[in-house]
Amino acid sequence: MKYFIKRLIQAVPVLFIISFIIFSLVYMAGDPVLLMLPEDAPQEDKQALREALNLDEPFHVQYMTFVGNLMQGQFGKSFTYGQEALPIVLERLPATIELAFAAIFVATIISIPFGIWSATKKDSLGDVFISGGAVLGKAMPNFWLGIMLILLFSVYLGALPVSGRGTIFHLILPAITLGTGIAAQITRLIRSNMLDILHQEYIRTARSKGLKEFLVIYKHALRNSLIPVVTIMALQTSSLIGGAIITETVFSWPGLGQLLIQAINTRDMAIVQASVFVVALLVIMMNLLADVMYRFLDPRINLK
Amino acid sequence: MNAVDPLLQIEDLKTYFYSGDKVIPSVDGVSFHINKGEIVALVGESGCGKSVTSLSILGLIDSPGKIEGGRILYHDLDLTRLSQKEKLQIRGKEISIIFQEPLAALNPVFTVGYQIQENIMVHERISKKKAKAKAIDLLIKVGIPHPEKVYQNYPHSLSGGMRQRVMIAMALSGNPKLIIADEPTTALDVTIQAQILQLLKEITEQQRTSILFITHDLGVVAEIADRVIVMYAGQVVEQADVYSLFDNPKHPYTKALFNSSPKMDQIDEELTAIEGAVPSPFEKPMGCKFHTRCPYVMGKCKSISPDLEENNGHLVRCWLSTENAKSEVT
Repeated sequence: MKYFIKRLIQAVPVLFIISFIIFSLVYMAGDPVLLMLPEDAPQEDKQALREALNLDEPFHVQYMTFVGNLMQGQFGKSFTYGQEALPIVLERLPATIELAFAAIFVATIISIPFGIWSATKKDSLGDVFISGGAVLGKAMPNFWLGIMLILLFSVYLGALPVSGRGTIFHLILPAITLGTGIAAQITRLIRSNMLDILHQEYIRTARSKGLKEFLVIYKHALRNSLIPVVTIMALQTSSLIGGAIITETVFSWPGLGQLLIQAINTRDMAIVQASVFVVALLVIMMNLLADVMYRFLDPRINLK
Repeated sequence: MNAVDPLLQIEDLKTYFYSGDKVIPSVDGVSFHINKGEIVALVGESGCGKSVTSLSILGLIDSPGKIEGGRILYHDLDLTRLSQKEKLQIRGKEISIIFQEPLAALNPVFTVGYQIQENIMVHERISKKKAKAKAIDLLIKVGIPHPEKVYQNYPHSLSGGMRQRVMIAMALSGNPKLIIADEPTTALDVTIQAQILQLLKEITEQQRTSILFITHDLGVVAEIADRVIVMYAGQVVEQADVYSLFDNPKHPYTKALFNSSPKMDQIDEELTAIEGAVPSPFEKPMGCKFHTRCPYVMGKCKSISPDLEENNGHLVRCWLSTENAKSEVT
């Protein structure tokens, strides 16, 4: 718990740096007033709007105002929605998190058994098939896989909805689309970890106790080979939260990725800033979660 | 040989490894026995087949290795012919093993107590609570202070000596008749080594457990063994009780081993190394396997392999001894 609090405190400077980057990027992106007003608007109107929005202040003053507002959870009003940006972003968050975890779930249930199977039956036909499949899975672009899945399951078979969010059935295709690439990567990781660990002496010790092979592998070997997998899983989850943009677009999934891409297209900077900030916060939290899981899986890591 | 009360009898064991189309005969026709309550030392350089012999007993030879011939009789059971299920009942229950490096041999992600308890619960139908109590008893038995606390420790947080005591507790947990100790003291410093040897000795005395003690350290052999088997390049080259072997080593390889060990009374003398190197496992020499390094080599040694011949319970695989014996007779 002490460790947890310490890590949370450590996250504060990270958030400051992120806020600075977010602000600077938007500052450099150009004068928003030119976008907000028609091109032929009189110079006085432009100046008036700048003053109203505090855009005539120097950089550091603007930044301090930004941070001050940020601490109150305010990113300013969205041009397109005419509301505070943060609630709009937060409203999209559950959809994104739901999809990210569903994708990780798909990846886990595929990769663990396949990874173990191909390691324990190394060089067998099954291993060749799984390893080959993993390369294919990693190589398939999400937009293509998503469209193919829609074509097969929604158009031809009519079994699953084409797009949108609502029931668990809506979740299946996007989760598979996102999960496949991750599953491929983790299958390969588990396979190589397992191959290494199966030659460790403690595996021989486990066998020398008269343990059944099933327990040797699923208890003694798997627990050890999952340690590095947790990192990859956490990193993948973070990147899914921030960047499932393609998949969200293909399936019209009302998540953060979709919102972010729309906001960038319309130069709705309040939304962009709020989204990036929320994503950064979630990534930090995922990393913290990974650290705690590490501790749980590997007692050699001392969290002090 | 005088097998008084044999517990384990290995007959002409052949364990080969395969590398591409090459065959590596790691254990090549090894025979010996272990009596009840006896400590037998298996001595030899790295790669002579000591560990492969011990792993063959437990059926723990990993692919690409395979037991290709011979028998390993435990009571009347041939261990080489057991089904997988039968093997599981032997391992950790009838025969257990202690490995050289306890830090590598204990699983880093489970508490040591759990790892002992697991061994108990595989072979006995008892509650978790009782298994835990038994595991703590075993920790007391192997001389671990604060056993309740150590029970919950992970291997990395214990000292080397403590870890090896945990390994011993684990090996004892099934009340085995035979413990294979594969260089159990090599990774420990000398004072801890002496303590561990003492512990193993006490255990055999109390429980009439037999120990197959694998080592390359002749000092340790003198300390603990009743009988000694010397292996070279996958074969037994000499076998005798510990006193005969130390008083009168007969095989040139055994003699060379003695010459290359430090002695307390000859502290200034330089140690002699055995000339040459262990023959490549791919190309073992014809005839006597030791002839390439033997100072007494004769013509015959290079072409014909000598048999293991007995003389007053002292077995030697050497043409020189065979001929000496013959000349004594005539």
